Amino acid sequence: MKKLINDPLKVADELVEGLVEAYNGECRHVGTRSIVKSDIPEGKVSLLIGGGSGHEPIYHGLVGRNLADGAACGDIFAAPPPNIVLEATEAVNRGKGVLYLYGNYAGDVLNFDLGAELASDDDIEVRTVLIWDDVCSAPPTQKHNRRGIAGLVPIVKLAGAASQKVSSLAELEAVAKKAVLQTRSVGVSMAPGSIPATGKPTFEIDEDKIGLGMGIHGEPGVGEIPMTSADELTAQMLDLLFADYEKDEEVDALAPGDEIVFFVNSLGATTMMELLIALRKAKAILMERGLKIYDVIVGPLVTCQEMSGISFSVTRLDEELKAYWDMPCQSVCYSKMEGHYGG
Amino acid sequence: MGKSSLSINEVRDMMLAAADRIIESEPILTDADRALGDGDHGVGMERGMTAVKVALAGKEFPSVGKVFVGVGTAMMSSMGGASGAIFGILFRSGGKAVGDATEFTAVELANLLREGTDQVMTKGAKPGDKTMVDALFPAAGKAGEVSGRPIDEALVAVAAAAAAGRDASKDMIATMGRAKTLGENSLGKPDAGAVSVSIILAAMSDFVAGL
Repeated sequence: MKKLINDPLKVADELVEGLVEAYNGECRHVGTRSIVKSDIPEGKVSLLIGGGSGHEPIYHGLVGRNLADGAACGDIFAAPPPNIVLEATEAVNRGKGVLYLYGNYAGDVLNFDLGAELASDDDIEVRTVLIWDDVCSAPPTQKHNRRGIAGLVPIVKLAGAASQKVSSLAELEAVAKKAVLQTRSVGVSMAPGSIPATGKPTFEIDEDKIGLGMGIHGEPGVGEIPMTSADELTAQMLDLLFADYEKDEEVDALAPGDEIVFFVNSLGATTMMELLIALRKAKAILMERGLKIYDVIVGPLVTCQEMSGISFSVTRLDEELKAYWDMPCQSVCYSKMEGHYGG
Repeated sequence: MGKSSLSINEVRDMMLAAADRIIESEPILTDADRALGDGDHGVGMERGMTAVKVALAGKEFPSVGKVFVGVGTAMMSSMGGASGAIFGILFRSGGKAVGDATEFTAVELANLLREGTDQVMTKGAKPGDKTMVDALFPAAGKAGEVSGRPIDEALVAVAAAAAAGRDASKDMIATMGRAKTLGENSLGKPDAGAVSVSIILAAMSDFVAGL
């Protein structure tokens, strides 16, 4: 694998330094490896995200205007240690508490919890909402054990907007929980990414197979299927998504008239061309179901180096979430104008 | 005639030897984790133990406990990931249990492993879940049994118990961490964290045997 890097053990530090340059003054580098918005007003309820590096432009690319206030950045594919979580927490705190919003991985939970303990020693109130949108990683009855994947983009977008409007940490927590509950994703993988420090692939999969429901680090999903066409794969993936809303007793099935944000993500190597071909078929299926597509996101936003694969994420909006969706936002990872695209 | 105890500086040098052994073992750990996880355990442990060397080399410590707390803090703050937090908890809480002791006997070894293992297990893993607990738990149990023996003999027995635990993890199905989604496909391979624990204890034992 030809990788344009310097010291293999410093890739996380150097990419974060570069990210700060991409922010061009909007965000600054804090402590060991945190990124924090330059202008967080006093009295704001703060939103902190984070996780392992190597999945750029998330997570730390979602710090920005009407998005997250800061990110605690781990090493490549590794959760940030507690001291980094603490330094980021202290840097974003403006006296109204800090919501931790991140993907549900054992390492992240352990380290963010330890960071929250350290923050409570400093009298900073912290609450945590975990993102668990990957429907193929556990059945609906155990959905709190699921992994967090691409659904974090619309979820952080909504929580970031809400964090500008709410007056308490509890209110922000409630919005984030609602966004998580209404967001579901299905991912597939066709080829692995590589670990920058070793050059080794993150997993193995046969040339003629697709890992259905495979996680962004190559965690197995619901099984391998033969390589197929974009249209057939799209239909299978959407079936899994629809089925999940139907089976989960905590949410309504997707019904005609429901308004959704639809996100087609590339894991890295899959091209925009392929995403658009999948979106074309997905749109037809979603319309057939009578769903209203309130907004569309397309692009490589949740990646794993040169991993080949795509994911679909659906976020169902109600009036409250629509108001937060309509707010403009800007960051390195995702930006939008006021309102929504077509629909 | 066995060696009954270690000085604070000998404990420090023992942990430096363990750090070197882990750093040398990076390819083994990477392969073990690639089979079940995402393959970053070796690099993470290498990074953690490199930080341990910086924290320990040439330093004087007021107690044995502080050496182990130093190991845990260095690992926790440099590694990240689940292993950074867990190895941090293991050595920091174990070191606190050893406390102000100025020599390291089999009693301190037993305290270190018992409290460290207990605290790691509060994070959810129990024996049989195919995690590092499967090496730690039998090692801590054995340390309790041999706490009346000279430290060199005790370490040999404890390292053997950890190695047996590591091997037993091959026949377990992962239920925690990223490997949990593998289910029965995780059979046949040891847990990478259990491999790390057994390497650390073997290196500690070998170092003391060479004194």
